[in-house]
Amino acid sequence: MTQATAPAASSSPPASPAAPKDGRTSERSLARRLAARPEIGALIAAIVVYIFFFAVASPFREASSLANVLYEASVMGIMALPVALLMIGGEFDLSAGVAVTTSALTASMWSFQLSMNVWTGVIVALVVALAIGAFNGYMLVRTGLPSFLITLGTFLILQGANLAITKLFTGNVATDSISDMDGFDQAKSIFASEITIGGVDVKITVFYWLVLAALATWLLLRTKFGNWIFATGGSQESARAVGVPVTFTKIALFMGVGAGAWFVGMHILFSFNTVQSGEGVGNEFLYIIAAVIGGCLLTGGYGSAIGAVIGAFIFGMVSQGIVYANWNPDWFKAFLGVMLLLAALVNLWVRRQATRR
Amino acid sequence: MDRTSRPRSRRIALVAAAAAAALMVTGCSSDSGGKKAEEDSGNASAGKADTPRMKIAMITHAAAGDTFWDLVRKGAETAAAKDNVELVYSNNPDSAKQANLVQNAIDQKVDGIAVTLSKPDAMKDVVAKAEKAGIPVVGLNGGIDDWKEQGLLSYFGQDEFVAGEAFGEKLNALGAKNNICVIHEQGSVSLEARCSGVKKTFKGKTTTLNVNGTNMPSVKSTINAKLKQDTSIDYVVTLGAPFALTAVQSVDDAGSKAKVATFDLNKEMVDAVKGGDIEFAVDQQPYLQGYLSVDSLWLYKTNGNFSGGGQEPVLTGPAFVDKDNVDDIAKFASKGTR
Repeated sequence: MTQATAPAASSSPPASPAAPKDGRTSERSLARRLAARPEIGALIAAIVVYIFFFAVASPFREASSLANVLYEASVMGIMALPVALLMIGGEFDLSAGVAVTTSALTASMWSFQLSMNVWTGVIVALVVALAIGAFNGYMLVRTGLPSFLITLGTFLILQGANLAITKLFTGNVATDSISDMDGFDQAKSIFASEITIGGVDVKITVFYWLVLAALATWLLLRTKFGNWIFATGGSQESARAVGVPVTFTKIALFMGVGAGAWFVGMHILFSFNTVQSGEGVGNEFLYIIAAVIGGCLLTGGYGSAIGAVIGAFIFGMVSQGIVYANWNPDWFKAFLGVMLLLAALVNLWVRRQATRR
Repeated sequence: MDRTSRPRSRRIALVAAAAAAALMVTGCSSDSGGKKAEEDSGNASAGKADTPRMKIAMITHAAAGDTFWDLVRKGAETAAAKDNVELVYSNNPDSAKQANLVQNAIDQKVDGIAVTLSKPDAMKDVVAKAEKAGIPVVGLNGGIDDWKEQGLLSYFGQDEFVAGEAFGEKLNALGAKNNICVIHEQGSVSLEARCSGVKKTFKGKTTTLNVNGTNMPSVKSTINAKLKQDTSIDYVVTLGAPFALTAVQSVDDAGSKAKVATFDLNKEMVDAVKGGDIEFAVDQQPYLQGYLSVDSLWLYKTNGNFSGGGQEPVLTGPAFVDKDNVDDIAKFASKGTR
């Protein structure tokens, strides 16, 4: 129900020629509603990509390979979730990639430089990550500038600060290893351990990813806040006019991205022990790509969390599938681009088919 | 609605801050590791020359935040401190922008320029300009084939291709049959040169693998995938120290028996070599490259000396670090200068 009212608040989702009928009142069949879900195209694209690599690359068929694909997808996907929510809310966050590195650096340096239990660093990093999100959101609602500009600024600031502050404290451009410090093993078991299922080691991030996806879906479709997100992304003015707290929604969404960056940052810190200050640049686009493949519109007001999960999964399959298939590595990026474009096209085609009838 | 929500978020922030403070106060200190455990670091230092103050510019093609280039810079800073030199360091991986930085140094009328020629043709004109302006120029790290032709005084570095060849020979000696050469920055000339050097001398099979160096989890997955795709791989060759440490995890995840060897060193690497996780590392002594280029300019200005006689490059590598000699360099690496 919440979903059905949402597009009505948006001015006009371009992919729905059914709009003139006024979707607010008409009852649609379950099958039709399913077919018009934003993630259905991505789901079909994912199945096509999976079958494709299953056919051409024999190592891809092993369960452990799937675990490996899921691992890459999960690290990207955990960030793609809040980024997707933010995009449905009508905004971008270009600082998301480096914010991950910022939180990892913060936790690592805080613990190391003060010789404190690593958990203190973990908490300080959470505060910093949320503060970055709050800053982005606050600047956005205060200035009214496009989020593209504001977060581009944050992106550059963080990129420079990551390097300069790391250099200032450690004298190097990478942090010192914290693997021998108190609390490390405990934190590692929470953020970066593995769980063995049927003889296959699955990284714990995969489970967090799926749990967070369920949470995000519930938030979007079953809560008031979810309605606010769709309404804000569809049309900010109308949302405000009907009493949606736009300012709160936007700041909360940016802080959600901050929380995601914190989590992924902790995973990276505890699985690799040290962090290089230059990492993370460019990943912000991967998150956006995952959300868009999964059916989020670049204009806001439409999309889903499950879609972002599938988008990240497609990206993981393609980037690892190319290696499993042993294609010429010089063409790697080109293959990746073609596969992603194809996935996006299948997605678009399915969505058109679904809404045409 | 805004009014009701704002105090709440402020309260949450307060609680978080209070929690962090409480943890600090209650003495959540770590008994092991950390800064306390780290020995006093500091660059090698000696007396200071009493020659007139001069200004030397070092312009590299380093990407920001690269551990390797940090060592080059530290070496240069040490030499500058010793020789009473004001060092102006700048870097840009984009060759056109790097050329602009050289022009900037010429405009500043510096007393000497140390420059990397990673894309020699792009630097040609601006290097000629510096020489025309009477500024001595030395090369480092990149440009071993072009430094002489462009009229540079000396060159300090390793030939990446030669280092790759030596690496390949070493793999032969260790009985390797099938290796992958992991390129963490696709299209980088020096990284490609290392892999082609390995390929040339290595008797078995060498396959290159491109990974996204700014995304560690992806590096880990991709190496894992490659090991699954070709289970006969017995050596993973990485081109940077952090990637070697990640490759060790990939090998473990993939349940492969492959060994890991790498170009370049950092301080975590020392333990990994000691513990046998990494077979060996090739060091091109970046600290030495930075140090010598500044020092040689000082010598040229004060005494008219040419390192390498102006004829031959001064090679700083490849030097192999393995279990047998790792202890000798461990203490320097832990200071972050080797």
